[in-house]
Amino acid sequence: MDQAHKTNETANVVSMRAIVKRFPGVLANDQVDFELCQGEVHALLGENGAGKSTLMNILAGLYRPDGGTVVVHNKPVSFSSPRDAIEAGIGMIHQHFMLVPSQSVTENILLGLDEPRFRMHLAQYNRRIEGIAEQYGLHVDPAAKIWQLTVGEQQRVEILKMLYRGADILIMDEPTAVLAPSEIEGLFKTLRSMTAQGKSIVFISHKLHEVMDISDRVTVLQKGRVTSSGIPTKDVTSADLARLMVGRDVVFRVERKQAEVGDVVLSVEDVRADNDKGLPALRGVTLNVRAGEIVGLAGVAGNGQSELAETLAGLREASGGRVILRGKDIINQPVKLGIRDGISLVPEDRTHVGTAPNLSVTDNVIMKSYDQAPIGQGWMIDSTEAAKHASELKEAYDIMVPTIETSVRLLSGGNLQKVILAREISSEPTLMIAVQPTRGLDVGAIEGVQRLLLEQRESGAAVLLISKELEELLSLSDRIYVIYEGEIMGEVLDGNIEKIGQMMMGTRLEQVELQGDV
Amino acid sequence: MTAVDSAESASGFKLPFRLEIEPRLKEPPGWYSPLLSLIAVVLALLVGALVIWLGGGNPWKAYAHIAKYSFGSVGVLSDTMVKAIPLMLVGLACSLAFRMKLWNIGAEGQFYLGAFGASLVVLLPVLPEEAPKWQFVVLMMLSGILFGALWGFIPGFLKAKFNVNEIISTLMMNYIAVEWNNYFIYAVWSEGGFQMSRMFQRNAWLPRLSDFADKTPAFRGLTTHMGLVIALVAAAVLWVIVFKSQWGYEIRLIGDNPRAAQYAGVSISKNVVLVMLISGALAGLAGMSEISGVVHRLQGAISPGYGYTGIIIAWLAKLNPLAVIVASILFGALILAGREIQPAGIPTLIQGVIMVCLIASDFFLRNRVSITRRTEE
Repeated sequence: MDQAHKTNETANVVSMRAIVKRFPGVLANDQVDFELCQGEVHALLGENGAGKSTLMNILAGLYRPDGGTVVVHNKPVSFSSPRDAIEAGIGMIHQHFMLVPSQSVTENILLGLDEPRFRMHLAQYNRRIEGIAEQYGLHVDPAAKIWQLTVGEQQRVEILKMLYRGADILIMDEPTAVLAPSEIEGLFKTLRSMTAQGKSIVFISHKLHEVMDISDRVTVLQKGRVTSSGIPTKDVTSADLARLMVGRDVVFRVERKQAEVGDVVLSVEDVRADNDKGLPALRGVTLNVRAGEIVGLAGVAGNGQSELAETLAGLREASGGRVILRGKDIINQPVKLGIRDGISLVPEDRTHVGTAPNLSVTDNVIMKSYDQAPIGQGWMIDSTEAAKHASELKEAYDIMVPTIETSVRLLSGGNLQKVILAREISSEPTLMIAVQPTRGLDVGAIEGVQRLLLEQRESGAAVLLISKELEELLSLSDRIYVIYEGEIMGEVLDGNIEKIGQMMMGTRLEQVELQGDV
Repeated sequence: MTAVDSAESASGFKLPFRLEIEPRLKEPPGWYSPLLSLIAVVLALLVGALVIWLGGGNPWKAYAHIAKYSFGSVGVLSDTMVKAIPLMLVGLACSLAFRMKLWNIGAEGQFYLGAFGASLVVLLPVLPEEAPKWQFVVLMMLSGILFGALWGFIPGFLKAKFNVNEIISTLMMNYIAVEWNNYFIYAVWSEGGFQMSRMFQRNAWLPRLSDFADKTPAFRGLTTHMGLVIALVAAAVLWVIVFKSQWGYEIRLIGDNPRAAQYAGVSISKNVVLVMLISGALAGLAGMSEISGVVHRLQGAISPGYGYTGIIIAWLAKLNPLAVIVASILFGALILAGREIQPAGIPTLIQGVIMVCLIASDFFLRNRVSITRRTEE
């Protein structure tokens, strides 16, 4: 209560009004208002792509707004670089740390400053930095080299860097994404000690429970617009926030025929795997997909979806569990065998994983069939056969490209996705895993992709659709699983968006249903 | 485009015209890339001309001299070919590795080891002195290939297994290779205190055109040897491998996007080792052909930096095995006739400028640059 009270009394340190920011084809911020009071942790909540980072990058001087005003400490400002923002006392800590691994903590903090001028006087600065670290409970050895530090410690260095530069407004962009649970607790302690000493903090996140834990107030963004501005965290429940964050407007629905559901094709049992940082990303995922159905996997991005797709395709090593494909355990088998077994993956990253940008359309569509007849003949590739295959696909999938010899880097996003889908579907997969297949496409292309997925379902393939677009999942899927922090929270058959929303925030189905009964 | 604009907004300074650099949206026409290679060569010749002129020489005369003494008669043409043979083979070696973005700059060392391997057959000796020529040729080729391949395999294996940077390891192994050879010519096979082995007996020489002068008098005095056939066949085979075979497809895929290759189930580490092996084998073959076709003994300084020139040739040919043939002949001429004007200086300088221009020209392949006059805003 007293915190809500306090916010009314204390002055706004930042006030952003009617901020508009456009990127090519996207309205990232649409008339966004945002206020930050002194001494508070203000959470900025929203799904990926909701415009949180854009808004804060404007405040930190990285982007210029196309419209709106920014007032800091009661003075209107117009930052043209992060340096200007830091001079105004605003420091942003990005998700990706900007540190020099081979240099010490102190050297990193001093980097780019006018002082010291020539001689480093490291001992003296070490002491000064130790002093600041002490004050806020940011324990880190100033003489240690960055590469020796844990991710959590590196984050503290980034915070110290901003404090040393005199920042009293700190923007933390998804600071917990890289941390282990024990480190998150330490970070929260630091944040509290900083606000206690008069610093103000913007905490960007899409994780609801963290927002509930740490923030005093919360502003929710959805698709570039504010759905809730500066409400005291104590006055809301996580279910409210989930609704504000996810929204519920259905854009369009694709015609979906009744299909015959067949046998279980894929059965995933208690699969575990680590992410690229070596932290557990899948903590025992269990689900199944049958022939002739599309099974959706919902979840806020970064909860293990990509890792699951990679593990199923053999691209990521699982540390435990079983993946049964038509009765055969295929866990950790080489990618190539997976392809032979009929596993097809439509990867999330079209340019960096799904295609080879400088190779031709032909070379890209034979990526998985180049060593199989009729295209592969002995040691050789039958160029005529490959060209024929590519022309057929170009025709069938209406790929807009001058010739099949054109490099795919020159293709638009929609056409590139058609190349990938053409390749994957033409392999007649028994299991298709599609990760964010419509991301970044325009409406027409989205419909085309969705129709292709439905055709797969009707032709009897098992489709696992991983998407963060709830609308898409609801309109395409026969069933929806919800994943949260590497675990399946539950399965929804009736497309109940309330249930899905709550499970996406980490509530298990049993608990959701329990709450529903009360 | 964005880089230029943001720099302007930061400084508030504006140029009277706008330089717009934007990624190409369409494929440049097919002749564009060879044209850029040609421009690189012309530019390099112009820079060379400038230097000759500054040094008080007559660039026109100098270049006419080079042309005359490299292509002017059948005799010098044959000499040019002799120079071009090792260049073709090392150029092929580099082009294969570079195709996979594997920076093998160790062709020089692999060349030396290939020469050593070939010499071994004669000097160890593996074959009796009076064994027939074909046995010598075949065995020397195999041994040269084997030793070159071994020298390529080591950095390839280290890269695949421990991610050791191949640029450093291949470069350093060049020095080891040279000293390895030196050990043998100073100590083991030294003849009469000279730092060279004995002259190989004639049946260990690759056949030369002049060997057939009895039947075809026109071949009299021509030193072009069978290495040319070997190099041409190697180029053709490599072209088929790179553009028509499944393995070549894997190499091109890995070279363009290793993550896509992994996603398609192609093993990267296996191919790193294989490509380094073959690349080393080709450079080793170059060493063998030079030893058995030209030098006829193992000695120091058998290469005036062929391995490094191979890097430039590979780029000049845009990594196309058939274009390597043309580029090698050009460089062969430059090395051969360049000596007529200056032993080192200018020809090396021209090579260097070609390389710089080629690297820069890649930028123009990817981007289009347009200059527009800035209208007052």
